[in-house]
Amino acid sequence: MNEWTMIEAINHALAFQLRENPNTIILGEDVGVNGGVFRATEGLQQKFGEQRVIDTPLAESTIIGMSIGMASQGLIPIPEIQFMGFIYPAIDQILGHAARLRNRTRGRLSCPMVIRAPFGGGIHAPEHHSESTEAIFAHIPGLRVVIPSSPARAYGLLIAAIQDPDPVIFLEPKRIYRDGKQAIEDNGEALPLDTCFTLREGIDLTLVTWGAMVKETLQAAEQLAAKGIDAEVIDVATIKPLDIDTIIDSVNKTGRCIIVHEAAKTCGVGAEIAALLAEKNITSLLAPIQRVSGYDTVMPMFQNEHFYMPSTERIINAATKSMEYR
Amino acid sequence: MNKNSLTIGRSNYLDNNGTLLKALPDSLNKRKFLISLYQTMVLTRLFDETAINLQRTGIIGTYASCRGQEAIGVAIGHAMLADDVFIPYYRDIAAQFQRGVLLEEVLQYWGGDERGSNFSQQANDFPLCVPIATQLCHAVGIAFALKYQSKPNVAVVTCGDGATSKGDFYEALNMAGAMSLPTLFVINNNQWAISVPLERQTASPTLAHKALAAGISAVQVDGNDLLAMYISVSDALEQIRQTGKPLLIEAVTYRLSDHTTADDATRYMSQKALDDAKQKEPLIRFKHFLTEQHSWTDKEDRALYQQCQQQVDTSVEVYKNLPAQQPGEFFDYMYEQLPNSLVEQKQAFLDGLKRHE
Repeated sequence: MNEWTMIEAINHALAFQLRENPNTIILGEDVGVNGGVFRATEGLQQKFGEQRVIDTPLAESTIIGMSIGMASQGLIPIPEIQFMGFIYPAIDQILGHAARLRNRTRGRLSCPMVIRAPFGGGIHAPEHHSESTEAIFAHIPGLRVVIPSSPARAYGLLIAAIQDPDPVIFLEPKRIYRDGKQAIEDNGEALPLDTCFTLREGIDLTLVTWGAMVKETLQAAEQLAAKGIDAEVIDVATIKPLDIDTIIDSVNKTGRCIIVHEAAKTCGVGAEIAALLAEKNITSLLAPIQRVSGYDTVMPMFQNEHFYMPSTERIINAATKSMEYR
Repeated sequence: MNKNSLTIGRSNYLDNNGTLLKALPDSLNKRKFLISLYQTMVLTRLFDETAINLQRTGIIGTYASCRGQEAIGVAIGHAMLADDVFIPYYRDIAAQFQRGVLLEEVLQYWGGDERGSNFSQQANDFPLCVPIATQLCHAVGIAFALKYQSKPNVAVVTCGDGATSKGDFYEALNMAGAMSLPTLFVINNNQWAISVPLERQTASPTLAHKALAAGISAVQVDGNDLLAMYISVSDALEQIRQTGKPLLIEAVTYRLSDHTTADDATRYMSQKALDDAKQKEPLIRFKHFLTEQHSWTDKEDRALYQQCQQQVDTSVEVYKNLPAQQPGEFFDYMYEQLPNSLVEQKQAFLDGLKRHE
């Protein structure tokens, strides 16, 4: 067993797949000699060579575009986009091609690839380095969007994403890259995709979240427990396609649901979860669904980012309001 | 920088009438081979005319004509090896036909059916690409894969002149140059990006010049001169196979059609420009060459046109008789395995169909 942080778990999952499958290729800006700006790929170029861990020119659209070409010819590219705020030049390639290649050729060509990108705020980074725009990708048919929230889930979900035959956007909550260690066996065992993880069982209300906000949500659940409110906490993990059944089962039990995400409120993934609960399960609700989220503002620069990001306090307030609803 | 390195060469074998300007290499100067090139060009022209008629009569949807540009695709299609990979833009049917894409598959695609890109006789080539210039990036990745797999093959990618204004064009060239990847870029410079003429597209003296900044050698070729095109593409492929380095060809041609059947070029293209361009079009020139150099007769020409038209007509019949897609097939290829949410949506769709029956 190894004690790894999330960034170390990611590094080892990548190393495992590079060892396991010679068709696996890592490419991106600064991923080689420098080991990535967060060190996710540290040591991999030394171990696996410059043909398999490639420092590319600074060109996001082509990093993804060429990954599509590579994937179509039997390789498994794992491109890294240095920060989610810089993924937009590649949107044309992701939405227009990666997500569609299988469908538009009726399966003749496909696009098994994992696009890794650190996302989210809270590390006092410069402008454009802190956004959470996962909903853009969740909206797109043909993509999988996977977000780990712990070292062990980062390891198992990344292995699963690399083995998946379709394109996966793998968003890494960089605020918790080094937030604690977990014991992980480096055995290449995948965790299931398209499945929520219930992190805490409870009967009074359901807290649904993903990524770095899992931390505040679990903290809120502990503080609520001290007040006698027993919250269930669900880590969605794969936000597309969504495992709504696990959430429905929980809300059937609790009757109350709070969705927590760092991303802006309007058309966030929380809106989809709320809509599905309303469509499929409105009669089980004892209180209105609430969303505790970022605001519909540009992500503030770091002096104010803590005002933007959902806090434990905001989650507790929403939960209290839900419990008081009659 | 050496001034000569900024000069772009231009290749021609035929003059505007089709008179041979210099001797052909012996290996190419074979009647049967030259006629096979001509045949693909005639087939493409007749297919193109038929496709426009099929659009006008509602049998297929919007169609992008390649009239006037046939020589470029014919040269590419004939010069490539089977295991090279072709990444076309949307006026490349001549090359696609030569590489095993069926005529009826092209009709199927423009007839609004994705199955037309599931080529039955061509496993590896990309389907035509609609978002401008994006395919150039795919080609670079394909070239990487070919190199990584130690295959002696080349990724051949085409684009139009408008594409050379886009970021993906510059990015892809730069990437192929920096990573030394076996890619052949062919620009179909047909002078028009829908309604915007080349002089509004760039201040570059030629489009080939754009390759130089990426460290890629480039040449300009008369794209309506089938011999020059064939020789240029063949030589480029040979050189790429030897060096592993990318090259670029700017094929200068003229779009003798509307942008697509949804367009009306008379709004922006002068009749005189069109008439002038028609004087230099590739089919007449090549026929003239065959007549002068290989005693091609009008009788042979008529027979060839008849044979090609028959092939086109057969493909139309095949296309018209293709079975419709299975109901809800458009769900089935979104992922290798349908996620639960899509299984549910597909079932709801199918139930909805049943209610209508």
